[in-house]
Amino acid sequence: MPTVSYREALNQAMAEEMEGDPNVFLMGEEVGYYNGAYKVSQGLLARFGEKRVIDTPIAEGGFVGVGIGAAMVGLRPIIELMTWNFSLVAADQIINNAAKIRQMSGGQFTLPVVFRGPGGSAHQLAAQHSQSTEAFWTHVPGLKVVMPSTPKDAKGLLKSCIRDNNPIVFIEGEVLYGDQGEIPEGEYTIPIGVGEIKRVGTDVTIIGWSKMAKVALETATLLAEQGISAEVVDPRTLRPLDEELIVSSVKKTGRCVILEEGWPYNGVGAEIAYRVARLCFDDLDHPVERLTGNDLPMPYNRKLEHHCVPDAERAAELVRKVLYLD
Amino acid sequence: MAQILDMPRLSDTMKEGVLRKWHKKEGDKLAPGDVLAEVDTDKATMDFETFDAGVLLKRLIGDGDAVPVGSPVAIVGKVGEDITAILAEAAARKGGGAAGAAKDNHAAAKPVAAPVAKPAVAAVAKAAPAQRAVAMAAPATNGKVLASPLARKLATDLGVDLRGITGTGPGGRIVERDVKTASEGGATAAPVAAVAALAPAPVADVPRADARLPSPLVPDRRNEQRPASWDVPGQDQTVPLSLMRKTIARRLVESKTQLPHFYLTADADMDAAMAFREQVKEVHGAKLSVNDLIIKAAALALRRVPEANASFTDEAIIRHARIDIGMAVAVEDGLLTPVIRSADVKTLGQIAAEAQDLAKRARDRKLKPEDMTGSTFSISNLGMLGIKDFAAIINPPEAAILAVGTVRKEPVVRNDQIVIGQRISLTLSCDHRVVDGALGAKLLGAIIAILERPMTLAF
Repeated sequence: MPTVSYREALNQAMAEEMEGDPNVFLMGEEVGYYNGAYKVSQGLLARFGEKRVIDTPIAEGGFVGVGIGAAMVGLRPIIELMTWNFSLVAADQIINNAAKIRQMSGGQFTLPVVFRGPGGSAHQLAAQHSQSTEAFWTHVPGLKVVMPSTPKDAKGLLKSCIRDNNPIVFIEGEVLYGDQGEIPEGEYTIPIGVGEIKRVGTDVTIIGWSKMAKVALETATLLAEQGISAEVVDPRTLRPLDEELIVSSVKKTGRCVILEEGWPYNGVGAEIAYRVARLCFDDLDHPVERLTGNDLPMPYNRKLEHHCVPDAERAAELVRKVLYLD
Repeated sequence: MAQILDMPRLSDTMKEGVLRKWHKKEGDKLAPGDVLAEVDTDKATMDFETFDAGVLLKRLIGDGDAVPVGSPVAIVGKVGEDITAILAEAAARKGGGAAGAAKDNHAAAKPVAAPVAKPAVAAVAKAAPAQRAVAMAAPATNGKVLASPLARKLATDLGVDLRGITGTGPGGRIVERDVKTASEGGATAAPVAAVAALAPAPVADVPRADARLPSPLVPDRRNEQRPASWDVPGQDQTVPLSLMRKTIARRLVESKTQLPHFYLTADADMDAAMAFREQVKEVHGAKLSVNDLIIKAAALALRRVPEANASFTDEAIIRHARIDIGMAVAVEDGLLTPVIRSADVKTLGQIAAEAQDLAKRARDRKLKPEDMTGSTFSISNLGMLGIKDFAAIINPPEAAILAVGTVRKEPVVRNDQIVIGQRISLTLSCDHRVVDGALGAKLLGAIIAILERPMTLAF
């Protein structure tokens, strides 16, 4: 199996789908001549030309709306947001148009559009450029929200998203672009709405997506040294959520810890915790616990920033708590 | 901030506790789980454990003092704390026994010790141990068992009674590992070992067919000092009421005055049952008492007549899913009724072993409250004391109790011949609100039918 980076995997997914379907095109800031702010669209302009790889002005509200209109008339746009922080000026387009047109037109229009770009904090990008926006988007009926954590998942899921007839929020991990990982040979897709057990364990279920799936795996490694067997579940898609996978894991382990990079209040983890409490009530030995980003705008200071992002040490401490070990 | 510790409710029926012995002195450091004192409840001597770390600042009662549940017993807090205010509060709460007793439910339900010690500096989200709810009455707070849902499910699956488990989670919560430990340690290993070493049980003893009043009741007076003159009047003795005696008095007066009792008596032919006992002894070397046979027979009969395995409440009759048989055991200065859980599904060997263990622990005052609560039907046996028949008082909230007499040899007519047979008299006392005459007769008939076909008991 070839080993590629997360960014290369995304690049392959777009190239393959553009190769296979002339209606697929990529549009966004710096996606063409600059080859992408994060080099995800490297080489695509040279390969597919200016009609299908389009540089836009710095005007998210405009080009996101253009993408929605293009999807309504039969094209399959991929709209790159330089980061999801910038999507907020296009929130009206995404929430009021993309998420609603299919239903409000009685199914006359479908919206095969993918909005993609990096999310979450990176390194000292401060309050406005370090946000995790998945809680906003998962709140909205009509949007699918996908957040892969590995190169394999990134490629397989992006291909499924480009082929899907609904508007999709595809949030990449800003600090994951350089991660290397094996991907299957040749053509493959991963279905939307299907999670994966990234590590099998028996004592506790740790749920994390995107960057937090990685932190969950680090946590499991730390815990293994202490004789605790943690199962890591990566939902991969946050809406629709693979409830069945989460429930079967928690029913097995009896304990659940959720890691989330975003803010705690109304976070995605809060929804997952509610579902686990409801569906696994008789199987829980301890209330579901969450480790989240701190409830404040991200500080610029490096040490403070580090303190605001969940890490394996604190996650392991929380796991010991749900196991009644401390 | 200092807090008051109250007399905990350590058994379902406990109204007051006697502080038998302090284990901690004023000024001693306390860690969660430390035994603060021993407390005599109405049924047993229990450890009074502390749930919070701190220092014992003041003992409010002394060794031997009896106080109602929920009244102040001690003050704990930090070294050197000013406790004048809290002392006054404790004194105020202590005032008036009647008021204290009336309030005791309230006191046990609410963590009187107030939402304790909030460390001003470390106001972190992490719950400091001291902030945990003060759940004094071990695993059961006011009758409610604190257990995680998983622990509850596991206990049901394993047939473990949560009331018998001490929780190790926060506030005494019973968690998965506690149930696992209990099921590994207590339930499985003990009965098997005990069957092998089955010695004659003194209380549920094997009555011989020719039982006479046992010798201790007919004292040997040959060497007794005779009074110089028969005219000397003896001194009346005042025996203080023990907590157990008070409980017996209260509960039995309640039962006999509030429950409409009626009584059904019938004899069972015990020839086959006595032969069956002999066979079990020959084949397994295990001695079964007549009482063991009757416990199992009654449990199986209740399975056939579930309407009698019930309790009356003002709203409805509760039919119990489990058949838990209470077994009256005479102890020094009273009696206790330990419970054999799910007697209908246990083997005779298990019942014999449990009955023997419970009787021994009852006499040693080692029963825990949970060993004595929740029975759905009781049996009182005076056969070993040579009693032919008697009527027992129902043990509420049960609906019936079986009084068992001695197995006696007597002439019986069999195939028109007078032969020597063995008979036992059984008297069922019924609560007429739940069990009508015909239903009671059906239950007693079922018990007798099973006893007369003892192979039924082997299943």
